[in-house]
Amino acid sequence: MTGDDDTPARQPLAPVSGLSGLRRFTPARIALGRPGAALPTKDALTFMHDHARARDAVHVPLDFDALAADLAALGLASVRVASAARDRTEYLRRPDLGRKLAPESRSRLEVLAAERLATPADIIVVAADGLSSLAVAENGPPLIARLMPLFREAGRSLGPIVLVAEGRVAIGDEIGEVLKARIVIMLVGERPGLSAADSLGAYVTYAPHVGRSDAERNCISNIRAAGLPVADAATDICALVDAALNHELTGVALNSALTAAKLIGGS
Amino acid sequence: MSYGTTLDGTRWVFPDLKSLMACASPARSGDELAGIAADSAIERVAAQMALADLPLKVFLAEELIDYETDEVTRLIVDSHDAVAFAPVSHLTVGEFREFLLDSETSAVDLAGLAPGLTPEMAAAVSKLCRIQDLVAVAAKTQVTTGFRNTLGLPGRLSTRLQPNHPTDDSRGIAASLIDGILHGAGDAVIGVNPATDRLEDYIRIVTLLDDIRLTLGAPIQSCCLGHVTTAIEAINRGAPVDLVFQSIAGSEKANRGFGVDLKVLDEAYAAGLALKRGTIGANVMYFETGQGSALSADAHFGVDQQTMEARAYAVARRYRPLLVNTVVGFIGPEYLFNGKEIIRAGLEDHFCGKLLGLPMGCDVCYTNHAEADQDDMDTLLTVLSAAGVTFVIVVPGADDVMLNYQSLAYHDVGFIRRTLKKPGAPEFDAWLRQSGFDSAPGAARPITDAALAPALRYLEGLSA
Repeated sequence: MTGDDDTPARQPLAPVSGLSGLRRFTPARIALGRPGAALPTKDALTFMHDHARARDAVHVPLDFDALAADLAALGLASVRVASAARDRTEYLRRPDLGRKLAPESRSRLEVLAAERLATPADIIVVAADGLSSLAVAENGPPLIARLMPLFREAGRSLGPIVLVAEGRVAIGDEIGEVLKARIVIMLVGERPGLSAADSLGAYVTYAPHVGRSDAERNCISNIRAAGLPVADAATDICALVDAALNHELTGVALNSALTAAKLIGGS
Repeated sequence: MSYGTTLDGTRWVFPDLKSLMACASPARSGDELAGIAADSAIERVAAQMALADLPLKVFLAEELIDYETDEVTRLIVDSHDAVAFAPVSHLTVGEFREFLLDSETSAVDLAGLAPGLTPEMAAAVSKLCRIQDLVAVAAKTQVTTGFRNTLGLPGRLSTRLQPNHPTDDSRGIAASLIDGILHGAGDAVIGVNPATDRLEDYIRIVTLLDDIRLTLGAPIQSCCLGHVTTAIEAINRGAPVDLVFQSIAGSEKANRGFGVDLKVLDEAYAAGLALKRGTIGANVMYFETGQGSALSADAHFGVDQQTMEARAYAVARRYRPLLVNTVVGFIGPEYLFNGKEIIRAGLEDHFCGKLLGLPMGCDVCYTNHAEADQDDMDTLLTVLSAAGVTFVIVVPGADDVMLNYQSLAYHDVGFIRRTLKKPGAPEFDAWLRQSGFDSAPGAARPITDAALAPALRYLEGLSA
């Protein structure tokens, strides 16, 4: 396959590493060197480091005490619950269990609703570990800190922050239903990639109740320092909440309503 | 009709064919999630024993998903070739395994048999196969397809170059593409997963890929992996579409979840064929599949995920595709939990695809919440190579920065050529040599100025 004499003379332009100028066009791992057919040791170890960070984001438990303390420092009460998934392995194997509350957690929220939330709050913010504890630990408190003054300005009432262990997005529906919230904002750690292990997602659902589909919520994703900064995310979430309360819906239908309003407004 | 067997004095009964198939499936998280897996190792082997004694013909008499309500079942039943089936029509599933492994059974025999096999028969026999069996039988099959080069020739292994970019930036895609060519990747297809499904982006991406192909003068084909309806619209607007792509699954309901049915696939196939862009072959379709997609769409009807996957191949083969691959570890740990499950599933999918006559490839991949790592991918690649896989997907440094998962790396092309000793498509390898990009058995290390400069100049001229 090699060494046939008919091919034009080969004039090496540069080693492949000389193409590193291409790297400015993409975050992809291009123009890496090649000992034999393999990655250079340095690049191989960088890859393993990135994978280790992503694995730890999935598997290192969220420090709920530290999270509650961060929120308390902001003057915010929080309540801790758990999904029906008993541990991380069950969470990964059984997405259905991560979407519903453990029975004792549901009872705790029912008591809370009866005793302390006689007048239901407009907004319930829920923070769940999801697939990245790192995302929630790093971005959760700063985002909530940015959201609070915006909600106060808009005159929205806010219930206690609900912190969920082993939770997926749809568990916010049950929490919002029990607490009779008009809107639930679900903050959840997104599936980590090699380049970003700390992405937080925010899902806004109007009139949350068990059985809401993903098409009935709006999502703002990639919330992290090197992605969508928390200040911008907070502004976006507040705009979504305003629109949702105004139109009394979220999801694909809200997008359509906003598009229609824009068309009418522009004509 | 119920099925059963007696094992150590215990009578095991399976109420219907789909529960027998599910219980006979090697363990995996998706079947457990669906609540259809065997409850114990003994129950699993009892089901495998009952399945081994089952005549193949039973699969023609008992449907796993209702004929009246599912067009994939209708496709399977109505397109079954009884003449092709005749040589194995008298066998049980267990005897069929031995027939496939028999040294007297040749590539020609297997190719002739393919139209006579249903996906359920292929899935059933795979459940009785160890990994070595899956490799040995698949290695005997030969499925050759062509567009601008020839894929699937014996002893060769092609690659899809996947130069994805998080925002579909033209220069970002071009930079990754050029780097991949330098590794000798891309003979199967240059295929971009777009970040959006907007028509204008689709047209921009296929035009970009075609421009680079023409600049390089390479015998390759390209594809933007947007939705078929987007592809049809782009074709109507005169865009240079080589391959028409779609994700497919094994039931009508699951396909509706992907926004397609056979009618729209028929339309897309006709539109792709009409362009006549292939120079040496007219295989114009590219499909991706993956175990768990039907379950995730709640469209599995109690059928195990591996059988659902094989049913997707019935959809694929209707369109004589250039390429089909399972995205085996992409769908998540709730369907394939760890490296062991991913490796087995990748080999099952390849085996079933090849038995059914498809040019089967594999996206050797995993996500960060699966119990898997690059060691598992190295193992799967090496075993798939022994099984004669048609193609695998490679991305820069094994890290797809758009889809956020890990596949094989461009570097693995060098491993495939040097260590596994598999050259690529002959036309592509000849072009690599003639252009001064080195080729098999070594990777494309030395680059000539003349070969690369036009592509780099093209890239410099692009706007973001």
